[in-house]
Amino acid sequence: MTPELHLRYIGGIMQLDLFIGLLLGGLAKGSIYALIALGYTMVYGIVQLINFAHGEIYMIGAFTALIVSTVISYTMPGTNMYVNLLLSLLAAIAVASAFAYTMEKIAYKPLRNAARLSVLISAIGVSIFLQNLVLVLQTPDFLPYPALLPEIKALEPFRNVISSSQFIIILTTVVVMVLLTILIKFTRIGKAMRATSQDKTMAQLIGINVNRIISITFLIGAATASLGGVMISANTGQMNYYIGFLAGIKAFVAAVLGGIGSIPGAVLGSLVLGLTESFGSGYISSDYEDAFAFIFLIIILIFKPEGILGKSENQKV
Amino acid sequence: MRISRKVSAILLVALALIFSSCGKSSGVKEIVVGVAGAHSGDLASYGLPTVNAVKLVAEEINAAGGIDGKQIRLVIEDDQCKPEVATNTATKLVGDKVVAVIGHICSGATKAALGIYNDSEIICISPSATNPPLTQSGDYPNFFRTIAPDDAQAKLDVDFATDKLSLKKIAVIHDKGDYGKGFAEFAKSFIEAGGKAEVVLFEGITPGAVDYNAIINKIQASGAEGIIYGGYHPEASKIVTQMKKKGMNLPFISDDGVKDDTFIKVAGEFAEGVYASGPIDTTSSPIAQKAIKAHQDKFGTEHGAFYINAYAAALALFNAIDKADSTEPAAIAAALRSEKVDTTLGTIGFDERGDAIGIGFSIYQVKDGKYVEVK
Repeated sequence: MTPELHLRYIGGIMQLDLFIGLLLGGLAKGSIYALIALGYTMVYGIVQLINFAHGEIYMIGAFTALIVSTVISYTMPGTNMYVNLLLSLLAAIAVASAFAYTMEKIAYKPLRNAARLSVLISAIGVSIFLQNLVLVLQTPDFLPYPALLPEIKALEPFRNVISSSQFIIILTTVVVMVLLTILIKFTRIGKAMRATSQDKTMAQLIGINVNRIISITFLIGAATASLGGVMISANTGQMNYYIGFLAGIKAFVAAVLGGIGSIPGAVLGSLVLGLTESFGSGYISSDYEDAFAFIFLIIILIFKPEGILGKSENQKV
Repeated sequence: MRISRKVSAILLVALALIFSSCGKSSGVKEIVVGVAGAHSGDLASYGLPTVNAVKLVAEEINAAGGIDGKQIRLVIEDDQCKPEVATNTATKLVGDKVVAVIGHICSGATKAALGIYNDSEIICISPSATNPPLTQSGDYPNFFRTIAPDDAQAKLDVDFATDKLSLKKIAVIHDKGDYGKGFAEFAKSFIEAGGKAEVVLFEGITPGAVDYNAIINKIQASGAEGIIYGGYHPEASKIVTQMKKKGMNLPFISDDGVKDDTFIKVAGEFAEGVYASGPIDTTSSPIAQKAIKAHQDKFGTEHGAFYINAYAAALALFNAIDKADSTEPAAIAAALRSEKVDTTLGTIGFDERGDAIGIGFSIYQVKDGKYVEVK
């Protein structure tokens, strides 16, 4: 090969590597947004509330896993890493769900018949409260996060464009999506959830325990968000009490972008957001990373106010 | 009898005036000094050692009788290294009638606060705000600092990268803040002026983002042989971690915002080999040794970032107040500029613009989990 061809070959490979790296990175980032956005969209679908405290649930899940896995490493060293991961995840999901359940019962349920603005403000209050609760009970420091996600040997040669953590994140999100779709479409609880989101009063009249369905929705949202929290913190190697803030905002934007209230919309919006950020930073400039996402949102909303997959609000007569 | 509204209003105002003037007279017997910086939040590790340093110096002086017989009283305020909080902090300190402020810690917050201090001409002396325009622009005649400005730091890092590490292609990254971007822009101009290397990438990242995959891919695609990063340790450790996991073992050179033990703690094994510039190590001097021991005795922990600089700032400030025999800002400023004082950083003075004379930066590298000075 001539030197010029060689350089162009290397350059071409590097450019291809860049593209694939950005693509997979964007999908992984989008997957994390999706796991959080699912919670936003499901809760909105059921009670028409933007749960601003959802980002904090994500953070609490990550924190719980950190605590549990550290305790396990100290008290039972030599535990299989998969067992450690599983226990930490279960603990994270359990604690995050508990917080979500309590949050719903204390801060949202009493305001169910109040003005929409009141419960929104309540949600913001819960968000600030939880951030500071963790800050006070734990520490403001950045904490190192253990590498909980296993390294997949088969992916070693592709370390250049994708890491094991990214692969696991994408895979997990796909699995979660499939399970959730099965739940919503093919189970009784799913049917009850769909009914409740369509018309709460009628659902109650035909015998659905609406309070239980609402709680279950919050629990599922918390489970997916805490899962995301654990995975991204393990990927980045660190976390602190404030990570819920930016991630929560981005996921909320993603949910709105895809159509708030629609589950496939939340995932689509998240992937679009993640990819836009990734390609925008990669090819144009990192300086405007957030701007790309929000500009895209504005454009979509101008042409389709209900979001990409959202249903336009039909007035019920 | 029923007092009419007008009369009671006048009475109220009169009472208020009486009480406020009562408050003023008690301030004469003490010297009130403010200590401002990040005492909570993710950058608290930069600000808390300063509080400890000033406390120790003030305690020692007070125990020996104070300055001209007056005891030093500290007012400690938190600004979380956020410019918007710093303006409130500054307003509060001005309201508390401080004669001087030791702080703030982060350049962005310091700049915001200086806007308020300038109006009241209060002396502000920082142990860590390194953004050059703070002294070089001439906008803040009451600002002093016991740390060299960022252009000195950037020059040192760039010379190290091009001469010692022989890097020909360098990616310069920053966190878009006053401090990080300022440092990065200096680095970029020094690299270009030096002609020995080229800047293949100059970009800013968003602090607090979920991950930095895009910028790392971009660095790889740019063919950079090394990275110069301007910013603080949380983002630096995320970038270094993700880079090393990807197998990119490029030299990573950063500023004093990263020369912090928290960086090593959070990045763990991935911190090995990272370079960062920081204030020259003067800890072998007798004054510094005494200061370090005092911290260990009183607080039981390692002193932490900018402790030595803050200790020096406190010594210089109190010395100036003493020599000036006054708490008027103009007198203190004149004393700071004319006096040489023995501190933890050596014998220092201050020049016309407020920069300390006799101090500088040095490059450190993480070896075996600790920052070691690179000679």
